Amino acid sequence: MIRASNLSKFYGSKRALASVSFEIADGETVGFLGLNGAGKTTALRILACDLRPSSGTIEVGGVDAVAQPHEVRKRIGFLPEHPPIYLDMTVLDYLAFAGELRGMSRGQVKRRIPDVLEITDLGEVSTDQIGTLSHGFRQRVGVAQAIIHQPKFLILDEPTRGLDPVQIVEMRNLIHDLKQNHTVMISSHILTEISQTCDRLLVLGKGKLLGSGSEHELAASEREIRQISVTVRPPAGDDPKARIKKVLEGVEGVKGVADPYEQGGGLSFALTTTKDCRAEVSRAVVDAKLDLLKLDYSRSELESTFIRLVEGPDASN
Amino acid sequence: MRAISIIYRRELGAFLRSPFAWVIAAILLLFGGILFQAHAMAGEQLSAMVLERYFWLMSGVVMFAGVLLSFRLIAEERQTHSMVLLTTSPVRDTEIVIGKFLAALTFLAIFLALSFYMPLLIKVNGKVTFGQVLVGYLGLFLLGAAVLAIGVFASALAKNQLIAAVVAAAIVAVMVVLFPLAKRLDPPVRDVLKEVDMWWIHFQTGFMRGVFNLKDFIYYIAVIYFFLLLSVKTLEAKRWQ
Repeated sequence: MIRASNLSKFYGSKRALASVSFEIADGETVGFLGLNGAGKTTALRILACDLRPSSGTIEVGGVDAVAQPHEVRKRIGFLPEHPPIYLDMTVLDYLAFAGELRGMSRGQVKRRIPDVLEITDLGEVSTDQIGTLSHGFRQRVGVAQAIIHQPKFLILDEPTRGLDPVQIVEMRNLIHDLKQNHTVMISSHILTEISQTCDRLLVLGKGKLLGSGSEHELAASEREIRQISVTVRPPAGDDPKARIKKVLEGVEGVKGVADPYEQGGGLSFALTTTKDCRAEVSRAVVDAKLDLLKLDYSRSELESTFIRLVEGPDASN
Repeated sequence: MRAISIIYRRELGAFLRSPFAWVIAAILLLFGGILFQAHAMAGEQLSAMVLERYFWLMSGVVMFAGVLLSFRLIAEERQTHSMVLLTTSPVRDTEIVIGKFLAALTFLAIFLALSFYMPLLIKVNGKVTFGQVLVGYLGLFLLGAAVLAIGVFASALAKNQLIAAVVAAAIVAVMVVLFPLAKRLDPPVRDVLKEVDMWWIHFQTGFMRGVFNLKDFIYYIAVIYFFLLLSVKTLEAKRWQ
């Protein structure tokens, strides 16, 4: 369990964190979400005992991180925004160095390294100099150093930063595997990226904690769902678009129906609604003897929820 | 101690793998050799005088080497972000500073060992005692260690390597000109500055001439301790910033 109470951090006179409190249970995967400068990295660096808070307390596994930082550091693996790697070392030497720094004996490091290479898929480059590796591999080396000592808590600061789409998917899969054995904290400023990986989100803005919960809990707590995306197979006959649109416009709670676009053999409509009326929409489509292919929150709605949270209620209007 | 040893091994490995360190060592050795040939060996003179001149020339080379070997130690890690690995591991700031300092000191010792052929030439062709040579080298080693400690402090203080190099060179320059400056002042400031001078008083009057003064030895140990302590305190302070 991680418990942060009234955590504040000032850089000179500039406030980076303002009395932030949260709890993270063992086994949870929690995302720190916020725009650049929201205080995510500061919060994670304090949790990793890289920075000391200006005020407030943090307990990691029952240990006071300010009073006993060494004890906490043994329990935490940290991948900062830029992986802390030495370009002149080979992957194997670097992992041995990182393991020994975390208090492991040479024998323990030797036994642990094959597992870490397998988890992070670094086996093929283990004897290569880190300076010769691609950005994606370097990021993996960063993850490997964070897990070498089998920490209970794993902190990943923007782990997909600068990765290409293939590497992002690989990193996402790696994080998914790590969730099985660690309590994971991840930061990102991209909602879609973090929401797929985390059980719970902590939304930070201007150093304050603005919200906490799952993606949909956050959306629901903020206001009723305002946009629904519905995809329907076009029926035979004249002007199928108009026919479907008429059905959708007749549903209670639907304020507007945007012009459709073709998607996966169907016509996709974005509905503006006054409440969560997904059930009514699905019934109306089926009652009109139309084939419903897909019905979901609009992704843009979730993004706008995030923007409303971090920038205030008028931001996304 | 274990963490010091781990950091020391990595850092020394980095020095031994680094073309930068070897190029610096090669250039300074070449420079030292040329100065030795051109100035120390010039004209007919007593072997002891030649050796004295050699140590005088080498002390300048060693101060250069000290700055060049130390300014990157912490500032580079901060710039390349690898410092986070050290600061988030269960390692004390003292252990980081000492591990890095000892690694640089070892490389400096290798550098000094590689220059040993020059006093040996004097010994073979003239009349100097091994004691004179060893005391002179102890002086060079202590002077170099003091400059390294200053460099480690500058490296801990500065945001980037260039500033670290400039700060280190500036502190060393100030420590070297204290005696000429002191001569223009009145006591007690003059006496204080004279005692703090790093080169004229504590190197040239003793070690350079093959004379071991305990006072000079203690002075260098104190300078090394002072700047390493400042380095540790600087690292600690940065965690609060």
